[in-house]
Amino acid sequence: MIIAVASGKGGTGKTTIAVNLALSLENVQYLDCDVEEPNAAIFLKPAIQKRVSVAIPVPEFDEALCTRCKKCVEACAYNAIVILGQKVLLFPQLCHGCGGCRYICPENAITEQPRQIGLIEQGPAGSIDFIQGLLNVGEPMATPIIKQQRKLIDKEKIVILDAPPGTSCPVIETVRNSDYCILVTEPTPFGLNDLRLAVDTMREMKVPFGVVINCSNTGNNGVKNYCASETIPVLLELPWNRRIAEAYSRGEPAVTIIPEMKKDFHRMYNTLLTKVCS
Amino acid sequence: MKVCISSTGKDLSAPVDPRFGRSQLFLFVDTETMEYECVENPALTAGGGAGTKAAQLVSDKGAQAVLTGNVGPNAFSVLSAAGVTIYAGMTGTAQQAVEKFKTGRVLPVSSPSVGAHSGMGGR
Repeated sequence: MIIAVASGKGGTGKTTIAVNLALSLENVQYLDCDVEEPNAAIFLKPAIQKRVSVAIPVPEFDEALCTRCKKCVEACAYNAIVILGQKVLLFPQLCHGCGGCRYICPENAITEQPRQIGLIEQGPAGSIDFIQGLLNVGEPMATPIIKQQRKLIDKEKIVILDAPPGTSCPVIETVRNSDYCILVTEPTPFGLNDLRLAVDTMREMKVPFGVVINCSNTGNNGVKNYCASETIPVLLELPWNRRIAEAYSRGEPAVTIIPEMKKDFHRMYNTLLTKVCS
Repeated sequence: MKVCISSTGKDLSAPVDPRFGRSQLFLFVDTETMEYECVENPALTAGGGAGTKAAQLVSDKGAQAVLTGNVGPNAFSVLSAAGVTIYAGMTGTAQQAVEKFKTGRVLPVSSPSVGAHSGMGGR
């Protein structure tokens, strides 16, 4: 069972929902795929035991073999290579590591070298198998790290994928092939606007999904009305609660201070289990 | 001297395009004769790396200076490496930009005038 937790809008409570769900279930593997800003570790406090570097292949040019024919310049869809007279310039941060330049080079003047873009860390957080990706600061491409992280998925466990916000490539990479996606939103016009984008994305990807409304006692009814008119299941409504907010500010998950809430998360899990199985 | 102007239109009466990498068009102008050639910007619809691609074109065309509104970090690197002098902050028409350049009272930029992706516009 692979459950992704995503949202259109940032800051709606993806990590809050994912962390509390993880703590309410047994036999969980947790992957923090928000590699630009992973923060689940603040709440789950894992003991990191393993660190693996993630690299992408970037071209290296043999200047003696290179005839400056510029075929690689034309082939590069990301415009990472520039040739000025005899100078060959590579812009490593534009390179997506596709290998197209090496493939096209008629002189075999291009080899590939790994360039480190981040890390994957793994270790236990209580009974949870915790994994997080960390993209190096200033790196533009998150997907290679998420791809690598997903290879560590243990299908014997309940896998919770904490996705980045938005609807761009890193989100797609996280959510694709999940059994279910929980879309976390807030009952505000911003929340609704970005929820619509997320819903469109899920429909395009054909991933079944439901909505969690966080801070449900604030804002307006827009999200609820939208879900009703689109027949999108509302899995859970979580009212704003000062005790939860205070605990959050100390890095304590809601179910740690209000253990009864585990029942709500357990019920939500059962709801989506029946949706996946039906 | 051959200069390249980022332009929103096909002739010298067109306003300067404030973006370099994502410029609508490029005008390559001979500053002595004022003869010019209009070239489409191959980087206008590039998925990424518009600055490097546009700068490669400028270098290939043999321009010695670029007159534009703003230039980002990657374009700046390529143009500098190619020995092309960059004049940013140009406004008005392409004609006016060339005339201003010819007065010799404009200073080239020594660093990018904007950050990466500045020419991407609103969503």
